[in-house]
Amino acid sequence: MSTATLEPRVHAPRNYLNADYGWKSWLFTLDHKRIALLYLVSITFFFIIGGSFAVLMRIQLVDPQGAIVQPETYNKLFTLHGVVMIFFFLIPSIPAVLGNFLVPLMVGARDLAFPKLNLLSWYIYIVGGLFTLYSAIAGGVDTGWTFYTPYSSTYSNTQVTAVAIGVFITGFSSILTGLNFIVTIHKMRAPGLTWFRMPLFLWATYATSIIMVLGTPVLAITIFLLALEHLFHVGIFSPALGGDPLLFQHLFWFYSHPAVYIMILPAMGVVSEIIACFARKRIFGYKIVAFSSVAIAVLGFLVWGHHMFVTGQSVYAGIIFSLLSFLVAIPSAIKVFNWTATLYKGSISFDAPMLYAMGFIGLFTMGGLTGLFLASLATDVHLNGTYFVVAHFHYIMVGGAVMGYLGGIHFWWPKISGRKYPNGWAALAAAIIFIGFNLTFFPQFVLGYLGMPRRYAFYPAEFQVLNVMSSAGATVLGVGYLIPLIYLFWSMRYGPIAEPNPWGATGLEWKTPSPPPTENFTEIPVVTEEAYAYAEEEAGHE
Amino acid sequence: MQGFPFQPEQASTVARSVDELYLFLTALTVFFSTVIFATIFYFMIKYRRRSPGERPKAIEGSLPLEILWTAIPTLIVAVIFVWSSSLYVRNAEPPKGAMEIFVTGKQWMWKVQHPEGQREINELHVPLGRPVKLTMTSEDVIHDFFVPAFRVKKDVLPGRYTSMWFQPTQLGTFHLFCAQYCGAFHAGMIGSVIVMEPDEYERWLAGSVQGESPEAAGEKLFLQQGCGTCHLADGTGPGPSLLGVYGNQVKLTTGDSVLADDGYMRESLLAPRAKIVAGYIPIMPSFQGQLTEEQIGNLIAYLRVLGKLQPPKPKEEGKK
Repeated sequence: MSTATLEPRVHAPRNYLNADYGWKSWLFTLDHKRIALLYLVSITFFFIIGGSFAVLMRIQLVDPQGAIVQPETYNKLFTLHGVVMIFFFLIPSIPAVLGNFLVPLMVGARDLAFPKLNLLSWYIYIVGGLFTLYSAIAGGVDTGWTFYTPYSSTYSNTQVTAVAIGVFITGFSSILTGLNFIVTIHKMRAPGLTWFRMPLFLWATYATSIIMVLGTPVLAITIFLLALEHLFHVGIFSPALGGDPLLFQHLFWFYSHPAVYIMILPAMGVVSEIIACFARKRIFGYKIVAFSSVAIAVLGFLVWGHHMFVTGQSVYAGIIFSLLSFLVAIPSAIKVFNWTATLYKGSISFDAPMLYAMGFIGLFTMGGLTGLFLASLATDVHLNGTYFVVAHFHYIMVGGAVMGYLGGIHFWWPKISGRKYPNGWAALAAAIIFIGFNLTFFPQFVLGYLGMPRRYAFYPAEFQVLNVMSSAGATVLGVGYLIPLIYLFWSMRYGPIAEPNPWGATGLEWKTPSPPPTENFTEIPVVTEEAYAYAEEEAGHE
Repeated sequence: MQGFPFQPEQASTVARSVDELYLFLTALTVFFSTVIFATIFYFMIKYRRRSPGERPKAIEGSLPLEILWTAIPTLIVAVIFVWSSSLYVRNAEPPKGAMEIFVTGKQWMWKVQHPEGQREINELHVPLGRPVKLTMTSEDVIHDFFVPAFRVKKDVLPGRYTSMWFQPTQLGTFHLFCAQYCGAFHAGMIGSVIVMEPDEYERWLAGSVQGESPEAAGEKLFLQQGCGTCHLADGTGPGPSLLGVYGNQVKLTTGDSVLADDGYMRESLLAPRAKIVAGYIPIMPSFQGQLTEEQIGNLIAYLRVLGKLQPPKPKEEGKK
C-alpha cells in the first residue's frame, strides 16, 4: 500500500523512495529511512486500533449504567486500549519513526550502526503486535495494561499469556532500537560534530535509548515470571502459591515509570528542534536542556514507588519515593523555562509545526504540574486510582508525547515525503486537537478529585455530567486526529514538491535533498558550527 | 449530595487538611501555567516574524537565570514535599483507643465485622466522632478501600493485613469504592459508609442481627482446631503459651525478636515454620487453606485477648 501511495513522479531525482520498487524492496530494506516508514505505517495502524477502543470506552461512559457493552467487555476495551497505545504506539512512536529517520541524517551518517538489527527490530515489533491482535480476536484480555497480580496470574480467564508474550517480544524491538541509536550517536558522528554541537533531538534520543536498553529487560523478566506463574503455577506473585503480590508492582513500575520518559523525552527533543527553527534562535541554555534530558532519564529509574503509596508500603519508603519524584519535576520545569526564554527576541512564525510545539508546552505544563498532586503523599492517598491519575497521564502521554510526535511529523514531513501539506489544514487540526484534548481530559481531573475511580464500566449517576463532557470532547479530539491523516496522505501525491530546506532550518538533515537519496549524503558533511546557528552570520544556508 | 460539586464532601478529620494542600497545589498550578502561558503569548506576539529575512541575534543563555529558575522550583517542591509528607505521617497512625473493625474484600463485595460481632456486607455503620481503625485483607485479588468523603484509601491485599483509620465528622451516607481494578464487576464493588449519632449506632448494633463477637468466635475456633492441645496456657506444651504474647516482642530461634502483631500471628498460622519461637521446634502444621479470612481474623482477635493476660513464668520469656 505504501509503495503505491508514495510513488513519486517520474521526473523526480533519485531518492530513497524511488530507488527501488515492489514489496520486496520495502520488506527487505536495510535503509533506515524506509524502515522508519515501515514503522510509520504500522504505528498508525495501531494508533487507529487503540483509538477505536477509546471511542467505544467514551461511548460506554455516557450512561452511568454503561451505554453499550457488558462490564467484561469494557474491561477488555480499556486493557487493550492501554496495551496497544503504550507498547505499540507511544513507545515506538518518536524513536522508531522519527528517530530511525533522523538519527543518521542528524549525525551525518549513511545509516544506523546496525542496519540489519534495525530491520530485525521492526519484524520483532510486528510479530509482537500480531500476537497481541491475535489475543484481542481470541477473546481479549481484561487485566488492565498494568497486569497486576494475582489477578492476572491466577484469577483472569482471558488471554493474559498471549498479550504478555506480545509485549515481551516487542520489548526486544525497543532494546535493539535503543542499542542502535547509542552506538550510532557514539561512533558515527560526522567530523566536527562534537557532543555539544548535536541537535537536542539527538540528546533526547540518546537519553531515551539508555532507558530502553536498561529498563526493557526488567519488563521482559517480569512478564516471564508472570507467564511462569500463570502457566505452571510457580509461586512468585500469588500469595496462595507462596508469592508476594506487591513484588510484581515493584518490577512492573521499575520499567513502566521510566517508560513514560521513553515517550516524553523524544517529544521534548522534537519540540526543541521546532522552537529553535520557528523562533530562529539558538535554544536558550542549550547545555542545561541537554543535561536535563539525561537527568530525567536517570531520576526516572528511582521513582517507581510513587505508584505504590497506598499499597501498604512503609511510610519511610513513601517519603523517599515522594522526594525523588519531586526531583524529576525540576529538570522538567527547567526545560519549559528555557523553551519560553528561547522565544525572547526571536523571529517567531506560526507554521503548523510551531503550533503543535506550543500545544505540547501547554499540555505538558499542565500534565507536569498535576503530577505534583500525585507525588505529594497526602493528596495522592485521595487521588490514587481515580480519574485524576487518568487525566494526569493523558496530559503527559497524549497531550505531551502525541502532540510532540505530530509536531515532529509536520516538521520533517517535507523531508520524509518530499512533499508539502496544506499549512492551513494543519494549523486547524492543531487547534482542534488542543481544544478537543482539553475538553476530553480536563473534566477527568474534577471527576478524580470528586472520587470517581478509574476502570469503572458503570458508575454512580452524580458523575454523569462530567463524563458526558469528557465524551463530547473526545469526539472533537477524534476529528482532530483524523484531519492530519487525510491531508498527509493527500500530500504524498498532490502536495507541492518540497525544497531541501523549506523551513530555513539548521541541521544536517536539511542540507541534503528532500527526500534524501538512499545514501543520505553524497559526501559526508563536515560540521563547523554549533546546532541552531540561526543568527545573522549564518544566514547563508540553502 | 450537592448539586454540581467541584469538591467532595469533607466528612472526616483529615479531609480538610488534605483539601488545603490540594487547593494550594491547584493555586500553584493556575499561577505557574498562567505565568508561562502569558509569557509565551506575549513573546509570540511581540517577537512575531515581521519580514521573511529576519535574523535575530543569538542569545547563549544566562547562568543567573538558570540558577534562578532551578532554585525556584526546587524551593517550591521542597515546601510541598515537607507539607505533604508531614501530613501523611500525621495521618498514618490511628489515634489510641480507635474502635477496630475487620474488613474482608472479595470479588466483588466488602464484608465487614464489628467488634461486637455484627456483620454486614457492602455497608459500614460507624458512630460519629470516634476514630475507627480498619484491619483489612482480601480473599482473592488486590482490592482498595476508598472513601472519597474521608480522603482515605488503602489497598486490600491477599495474604497480608493492611490497615487504615478515619474519624467521621459528619452524619450521612458516603460512597465506599473499590479503587483497585479487581476483575469483571470491579465497578460494582461499591457500598456505603453510614455515619450515625453514637447512641443511634448503639441502637443499630443492638437491633441488627446479633452475631458472635470476633473474640468469642475465635475462642471457639481455638478449641475446635485443637490449638490448645499444644499451646498450653502454662507453657508446658510442645508449643509456646500464647498468654501475654500478642503485642509483645517474641524471641526467635535465630536470635532476632519480632513484634507479635496481626501480620506475625497470621504468618504463624499459615506458614508456621517461617519464624520459630526460641526454645521450640518447628512441628506446627500450616492452616493455609483451612481457615477463611474471617476465621483467621477471629482467631487473631482471641489471641489479642490472650495477649493481655499475664504470661506463665517458667518457660515463656515474655518481655517486661
